[in-house]
Amino acid sequence: MGVRLEVKDLACRRSGRLIFSGLSFALTQGEALVVTGRNGAGKSTLLALLAGRLQPETGTVRAEGIGEATLAERLHWVGHRDALKSALTAEENLAFAQHLLGEPALGPRDALEAVGLAHAAPLPVAYLSAGQRRRVALARLLVARRPLWLLDEPTSALDKASQATLLRLMNEHLAGGGLLIAATHQALGIDGAREVRIERTPSPRERGEGWGEGEPQDGARSESPPHPVAPDGALDLSPRAGRGDGRA
Amino acid sequence: MRPFLALVARDLRLAARIGGSGVLGLVFFLMIVTLVPFALGPDLNLLARIGPAILWLAAVLSTLIGLDRLFQGDEEDGSLDLLRAAPAPLEVIVLAKVVAHWITTGLPLALAAPLFGLLVALTPQAMGAMVATLIVGTPALTFIGAIGAALTAALRRGGLILAILVLPLMIPTLIFGVSAANAAMGGTVPFATPFLILAAISLMTAVVGTVASAAALRWSE
Amino acid sequence: MWQLANPTRFMGYTGRLLPWLVGAATVTVAIGLYKAWFVAPADYQQGETVRIMFLHVPAAWLALFFYSAMAASAIGSLVWRHPLADVSQKAAAPIGAAFALICLVTGSLWGKPMWGAYWVWDARLTSMLILFLLYCGIMALWRTIEEPARAARAVSILTLVGAINVPIVKFSVDWWNTLHQPASVFRFDGPTIHPSILYPLLVMALGVTLVGVALHIAGMRTEILRRRVRTLTILEAERLDPQAA
Repeated sequence: MGVRLEVKDLACRRSGRLIFSGLSFALTQGEALVVTGRNGAGKSTLLALLAGRLQPETGTVRAEGIGEATLAERLHWVGHRDALKSALTAEENLAFAQHLLGEPALGPRDALEAVGLAHAAPLPVAYLSAGQRRRVALARLLVARRPLWLLDEPTSALDKASQATLLRLMNEHLAGGGLLIAATHQALGIDGAREVRIERTPSPRERGEGWGEGEPQDGARSESPPHPVAPDGALDLSPRAGRGDGRA
Repeated sequence: MRPFLALVARDLRLAARIGGSGVLGLVFFLMIVTLVPFALGPDLNLLARIGPAILWLAAVLSTLIGLDRLFQGDEEDGSLDLLRAAPAPLEVIVLAKVVAHWITTGLPLALAAPLFGLLVALTPQAMGAMVATLIVGTPALTFIGAIGAALTAALRRGGLILAILVLPLMIPTLIFGVSAANAAMGGTVPFATPFLILAAISLMTAVVGTVASAAALRWSE
Repeated sequence: MWQLANPTRFMGYTGRLLPWLVGAATVTVAIGLYKAWFVAPADYQQGETVRIMFLHVPAAWLALFFYSAMAASAIGSLVWRHPLADVSQKAAAPIGAAFALICLVTGSLWGKPMWGAYWVWDARLTSMLILFLLYCGIMALWRTIEEPARAARAVSILTLVGAINVPIVKFSVDWWNTLHQPASVFRFDGPTIHPSILYPLLVMALGVTLVGVALHIAGMRTEILRRRVRTLTILEAERLDPQAA
């Protein structure tokens, strides 16, 4: 697909608080990026930013090879919420997603079968458990063809067998030339995935100094950088095989 | 075009399955119309004279009832993020939702108006005028309301705030709607004048409402 | 009553009873309509339009009857927790609402030739309209709460609160000065209508009541089936992941 994603010096601020800064990476076909960090560090924020849901404070996000479309229209974003309508059946939800997003790939029934929920097709989503809903949401990745996948904690609520299925789907996507960015706590097991780790910047109050949140006083104190920064400002990302574990 | 139609179809299907909006709006409309004679007394002459005003007021209030669910459902379950990923501008998405909403709330109101007109002793011409003004005017109400709904989509108790936000904006629609209906009952003003202005208001609010709602959703974070 | 408490046994009994009931209803209504059209005399003032009464009055009685039935079921539901009480309430609501609507519409069509207006805001009409609105509210509440047992408790409370309207409708023509004619059948001193009109009216009333009861029983059977489908769907969804999800 010739798609390439380049992020330079990205920073994001929410509710006045600087979530992360100085983030840079490049991702191209067949590559996967795993985003790790403690709870609340900003993993979901990064994904939301890439999906176009948030605006960056500074820095750029550039995508090549996607033609006239915006980046948001060339990605799948599976976040914490399922984006499923309880009153509609699993099949209807997926059919709607297919008509909405365009570029149809698998049919809804086939997609459900791929995640092991073929029998759930005629059931209203309201009757499905959390894990089953998660799998229907993941099945959405299969009904419309999009180069970039943004997955936020994809393994949550999934049992071992379903996690294995997910890994297989992700590997197939990468093998087909897709790009993958996943925020996760636990090891996903993707070979050759690179890792970016976001440390939550402690606010002045948490560091026990200053009068609370806000800009540092006098410019003398600066927030400690969220992760190691090489002298020229670029983030040092050496590929670490399968190191998606969220260890501190 | 495909995303637009897919979204309208989905929302209509949801409205048919879950029920609520359309029929509840009608029942609420009926209740407000019922309340007025209790307050004013059963004098049929008086009721006939202010009949159009009562029906229009009831239409405005019933529209408000269903509005806060316009974007809230999608915002809550994350569907709004999915809709943003569609290969269509957010304005088209908003337009699709408003159209579906109007078909299930505004249109039934307009079509039920003659029946409720019986309760306030409207003449047949006045009933016809009510249907016409409501069909042309309720889209304006829905588009204006959509702006408030988009602004309050993420709020828990958005309903009351939404009403406060949009009611002032709905006043011109109300004025010309009632004026047109009254003109049909006789008087010096020809029906066409306020009616065409009402149509113009609907067209303008269609544009402004769509753009403003999309902007509100886009910058809600 | 308690023998029927088992839904399966209820389905069995009513399955055998229903065809007879429908047959009896059809026959009675047919006789009633015949008497109403051909036997009863036309009114010397109103002419033929008075025959609307043969549908309007039974519909009014049934609207009140079904609300009372719902209220009784509500008590059964809240106090004794009779298992079929919820089902009875839910099935009764649309039927009672339909009869209330028929009463309002036929009354409106009758009012135009008789009083010159399709609608007046007098006590009897208004209280019947309020009864209809109460029915609407009850049906809306049934739809809003998904879980059947919880819905039944909420609706029972609402029904009992609204039950005050039933005597108001009945006695509205006596308590207030109304355009609508005063009670002429159910009075302490006995009916004031001439037998040639009273008997067709009673036959129609009986026939329409049988129709209503048949619909109610059919509605209860449908509701029982609907709940079974719901339970089966829940079980089906759980069945899918034996290793749990």
